[in-house]
Amino acid sequence: MIETSKLTGERIKEYLSQGKRFDKRKLDEFRKISIETNISKNAEGSARVKIGKTEVLVGVKMDIGEPYPDSPNQGNLVVNAELLPLSSPRFENGPPKFPAIELGRLVDRAVRESKFIEFKKLCIKEREKVWTVFIDVYSINDDGNLFDAASIGAITALKNAKIPKYDEKEEKILRDEPSKEPLPLSKTIPISITIHKIGNNLVVDPTKEEEDLSETRVTIGGSDDTIFSMQKGDSSSLSIEEIGNILETAKKIWKDLYKTLDKFLK
Amino acid sequence: MTRQIVIPGEIIVSGENYLPGEGTEKRKDEIIALIYGLAEESGNLIKVIPLSGVYHPRKGNVVIGQVENVTFNGWVIDINTAQTAFLPLMEVPRYVNKEGIEEVMDIGDMVVAKIFGMSKRGIDLTIKLRGLGKINEGIILKINSNKVPRVIGKEGSMINLIKENTNCNITVGQNGIIWIKGDKVEDELLAKKIILFIAEKSFISGLTDEIKKLIEKEK
Amino acid sequence: MTKEFQRSDGRKIDELRPITAKVGVVPNADGSAMFAFGDTIAIAAVYGPKKMHPQHEQDPVKGTLRCTYNMLSFSVSDRIKPGISRRSVEISKITEWALEPIIMIDKYPNMVIDVHINIIQANASTRCAGINAAAMALAHAGIPMRDLVSSVSIGKLDKQLVVDVSKHEEDWEEGEGATDIPITMTSKGEITHMQLDGKISIKQLKEAIEIARESTKKIYEIQKKALKEFAEEEKND
Repeated sequence: MIETSKLTGERIKEYLSQGKRFDKRKLDEFRKISIETNISKNAEGSARVKIGKTEVLVGVKMDIGEPYPDSPNQGNLVVNAELLPLSSPRFENGPPKFPAIELGRLVDRAVRESKFIEFKKLCIKEREKVWTVFIDVYSINDDGNLFDAASIGAITALKNAKIPKYDEKEEKILRDEPSKEPLPLSKTIPISITIHKIGNNLVVDPTKEEEDLSETRVTIGGSDDTIFSMQKGDSSSLSIEEIGNILETAKKIWKDLYKTLDKFLK
Repeated sequence: MTRQIVIPGEIIVSGENYLPGEGTEKRKDEIIALIYGLAEESGNLIKVIPLSGVYHPRKGNVVIGQVENVTFNGWVIDINTAQTAFLPLMEVPRYVNKEGIEEVMDIGDMVVAKIFGMSKRGIDLTIKLRGLGKINEGIILKINSNKVPRVIGKEGSMINLIKENTNCNITVGQNGIIWIKGDKVEDELLAKKIILFIAEKSFISGLTDEIKKLIEKEK
Repeated sequence: MTKEFQRSDGRKIDELRPITAKVGVVPNADGSAMFAFGDTIAIAAVYGPKKMHPQHEQDPVKGTLRCTYNMLSFSVSDRIKPGISRRSVEISKITEWALEPIIMIDKYPNMVIDVHINIIQANASTRCAGINAAAMALAHAGIPMRDLVSSVSIGKLDKQLVVDVSKHEEDWEEGEGATDIPITMTSKGEITHMQLDGKISIKQLKEAIEIARESTKKIYEIQKKALKEFAEEEKND
């Protein structure tokens, strides 16, 4: 009996149609967000993000590699996400299944499309040597909305990351030496948020109980009025009007979220 | 012996007069805890009340479960135990046509049932008594089964207090699944809040007063 | 006059790194805990006892303990590629063997107890930190156990025995180099796990085991305290 029962589901939907939620939040309100940075010292940058009881850890590691042939003077980005069996009775050991792969790709899309990382500045020697930025996302406790926790974690970890010192002559990364050089990042902070459709209502930051009832969802990466990435997931359909409402809701939430996240992103 | 939190392997008391109750074993003169919980003495019997852990089904327990599968002669019910629980057609109070099984209860439906037998094959359920049967509406809550006695209270005193103050019908399954049904969702959520409070703080003294304070605050 | 052996972080030869232990760190789990030796941080979560899948792996006589150990990619200096490694498979098995003797698993035929250990930050002794976290998580999950187990790694740096080896010490190159001896014991001193990598005389190994006994006693007290404090918190919240 792992999933939310149909019974409770009916009640949740009934309540939503009255504009209310079990934990007294508004439909477009986030749970309490708490962020800690530098939670893993061997990472170049790291963050622990908690949204309500949901918790994720994100770490940034950097390594030197060859650039891709079609971007010979730009650094690389690799994003990986794992849904640890530790974090939920629903996750099993084994290679990543679709939900983990989707989570990784959503974070990747949000970071890459927003041009948050200035990849040209990560070039050491054109066509030969560039920095590769690895972002690894791990779920620690899943109580719904891992997507948004992961993207907040990725941005925070990147913001706090330091490029390791590199000895060009010896061609060696000096990992043991402390570095103060931040990653070359753009001033615009992209935030990715997911809006769910449950019954006829648009809901933000669902608990696991609510997430089980989600019929379809849209993850939007952007900031202010600009959208960098968008993905609709799950199988129900949305009307044009609903998409419009979703976009307006996203805009409002970005404003609110920026205020909350401001102090962690300095 | 004062009530105390003990961990597995810990010596609770020493002395040849003491007897090992649930959650303990006796080695020579010592009573050793085998689980993490609250050690209590009654007479010379020392037992450990678990703070956590899975539900151990017993004959006669009323439980709440979810239909996992429908077979030709009954329903397989998930009551949160490793053993399979089965509700045979014969244990339904009215005649059920073999074609009409799904109409009585289908996969995903919740049901209040009683354990009337346990064997190597599994757990046998019945819904032939009053108060048992399919659940049609309300909310379902899950707590650790070890907290159920506290939620019910001495002779039902605690659960009755909650029912009166929230105007809800509440059925507490021994397996830790609880069904709450009220006229308004707000009432159901208040009952849920109180029950979760008890489940989290079951060991404080003066629990009843704390509950009364909580109810006042919410109303 | 013999000079006291100098450890790179200033510790005495029988001194453990500062330990942090906390119970109940993963709300979804049936039991969970975190254990750290200085900079080495492990978290463990227990799910079960529950039905064992796949069915053909069920044991009709007693339950099964299933442990997985994994390091997060960024927990070490050189990023670990995600996925299972032979090392993590071996440590998973070692962890199972270290825990099984104390768990009363015969009470749960056809069931499985899953223990998941993840290393958040690594500075040597990760398997020991994992086992310590797992023992607390199992107790928290209400699993009947004969005792707790406590794990520590004893090192021999050249000829000197030290307690709780750090990464820097693991890489010791002078003289006979470093010998690493992770040991796990119950609170009564029964050894449930032991490994050795390096070079050591029988006499010194016996000494190392005695030292481990003293250290695991200290670790046990910390695990016990964390479990009791957690229950007290629940009471007084």
